[in-house]
Amino acid sequence: MKPILEISKLSKKFKINHEHQPYLSLRDSLTNLFTSKTTTEDFWALNDVSFNVMPGDTVGIIGRNGAGKSTLLKILSKITPPTKGKVIGRGRIASLLEVGTGFHPELTGRENIFMNGSILGMKKNEIQKNFDAIVDFSGVEKFLDTPLKHYSSGMQLRLAFAVAAFLENEILIIDEVLAVGDAEFQKKCMGKMGEVSKSGRTVLFVSHNMGAVKNLCKYGALLKNGKLESFGQIENVIDKYVNKEEFNNNNELLLNQLTNYSDEHFKINDFKIVQRNSDLLSNPFDVREEIELELNYSVLKDVYGLRIGYDIKTTDEQIVFRTFHDDASPQMADFKKGDYTSIVTIPAKLLLPKSYKIYFSIGIHNIRWIVYDKFYIDLSSTGVVGFNTAYGFLHEGVIMPFLNWKNTKN
Amino acid sequence: MEKIEFEIKPQSKFNLGVKELWEYRELFYFFTWRDVKVKYKQTFLGVLWAIFQPILMTILFTLGFGKMIATQTQLSIPYPIFALSGFLLWNIFSSGLSNAGNSMVANANIIKKIYFPRMIIPISAILVSIVDFIMAFIVFIPVMLYYKTTIIWQSIYLIPVSIFLTVLAAFGLGLFLSALNIKYRDFRYILPFFIQALLFATPIIYPINITGQGPFNWLMRLNPMYAPIEFFRSCFNGTIIQLIDITPSIVCSLCLLIVGVYYFRKTENYFADLV
Repeated sequence: MKPILEISKLSKKFKINHEHQPYLSLRDSLTNLFTSKTTTEDFWALNDVSFNVMPGDTVGIIGRNGAGKSTLLKILSKITPPTKGKVIGRGRIASLLEVGTGFHPELTGRENIFMNGSILGMKKNEIQKNFDAIVDFSGVEKFLDTPLKHYSSGMQLRLAFAVAAFLENEILIIDEVLAVGDAEFQKKCMGKMGEVSKSGRTVLFVSHNMGAVKNLCKYGALLKNGKLESFGQIENVIDKYVNKEEFNNNNELLLNQLTNYSDEHFKINDFKIVQRNSDLLSNPFDVREEIELELNYSVLKDVYGLRIGYDIKTTDEQIVFRTFHDDASPQMADFKKGDYTSIVTIPAKLLLPKSYKIYFSIGIHNIRWIVYDKFYIDLSSTGVVGFNTAYGFLHEGVIMPFLNWKNTKN
Repeated sequence: MEKIEFEIKPQSKFNLGVKELWEYRELFYFFTWRDVKVKYKQTFLGVLWAIFQPILMTILFTLGFGKMIATQTQLSIPYPIFALSGFLLWNIFSSGLSNAGNSMVANANIIKKIYFPRMIIPISAILVSIVDFIMAFIVFIPVMLYYKTTIIWQSIYLIPVSIFLTVLAAFGLGLFLSALNIKYRDFRYILPFFIQALLFATPIIYPINITGQGPFNWLMRLNPMYAPIEFFRSCFNGTIIQLIDITPSIVCSLCLLIVGVYYFRKTENYFADLV
């Protein structure tokens, strides 16, 4: 049997314009004729990527943001051409880089099903054949003849996914479209996806949700800086991804900035994230165990009311909690000139195995902030996907406390 | 499954992609249908706009220049019929051109997310203006009856011919502009002026013989809209069209078509990177 997808030496180059314009204007092109050219830099979003996919395989494509996942999907979907290399496909391909492409708010639900379906490459009679099933799956039959603009976003999403779920192409390319919607609908979608992958169709799936990837895919492809880092059984690939090397963040750099910062009252000397006695500054920590944030600093003048603290935020800047060094004390702190160390413990089983940011919040009460909303350190974490390993999903929410349940049969 | 269904390579050799367009033929219908529907749904007067526009233009020019032009050039049909027949066809061209020119940018979110032959978008944008034409044509009939204009029935086939030539003219230029518009957004602003200027360089509000025999007359004959308008009017005024008279216009239209299609096909691969 020949592979259904042969990806060989695929590369894609982008030119980065250092003047950073979203698009050219004629004037710029004209002036560039006469003046020296703006400097451009080549950037290989995808670099010599090769792998084969056999019919019926489900492949999860993982990697950090900017690793080239989206570029790979866009090339496979024929949205953008590669710079080098080629892809041979032996089946009809459909890509879902977004649900609801081509939805129009003025059209009714019914009309949008046809519009969206045909943009995705379905034939009119195919849509007609599946129409009832699509409507049924989406659960919006009451609003079929209502313009889409009156739908809630959840309803729009359900309708969009329902159309996509009935694509009959042999190869399906799915971007992280499931990361939205309520939990119940997500479950329904995952169920449908599982069904699709078991029905012998070939699926390429991109996601940051390792649980979902693990559940759906047999194989994994790990991309890093445009290169294929690893390809093989999904468990092995995820392990490689989750291990320390992949999480190589730029904390060293951030810390460098932080320790270079100085104020008339205050200077940071060092910062550590400690778990099991080792400094995890550049590595993810395990949420199942406690971690310590250790700050070494110098107070340069005697100061009354100095507070050392952190804001723990999600990667989208939502604050999870704030903590200060003197939270347990009844009065304001009186610091004498000298070197200090403050250690705070974040308890085990509190955070989700996701990424967070530690913002430094250091200030003199009622006078000024010394460091606020300025410096942060990435806090990446790993650990179980959920506490109960029978399920492959992360809980909703920004934290995942391990609470005490008592379940009895009456 | 041994058959190679598709191959993705860097820049493939130039081809028209007609086969692929045929495979996706249903999309023409859906895009056109969507645009027509949305257009008529979003406006209070809906379909009436398609009718008002040429009628208002005709009234305006009839009041302004009608008498003068009619006496100076010995029109064989009443001036309102003369102008309206011109505007009906002109509207296919002008709205087709501006719709097509902006169509790629307007559909950027779809272009970035899904593949289909890109040419479907500007073509559908032009097809929308044919729907407008049909609406407006229905109003043209009572106007003709009022002015007791006779239709030359043996030339009636020239109506579809003229529509076809108009679409061809709008298509070539529209493709070119829609591709340019992606790279240089300036064209969005140039386009309305361009169309306005073209209106006065086309024998719509005045007959071509008003320009005498000078070079300007010859320039006008190169206008891609000259041939379709002459064809269309000959159904009402009974002019016998000399082939030599309209050939430059058709040739010019075909040249624009070739340039437009070539430029579009050459650049369409990179649309998603640019929008």
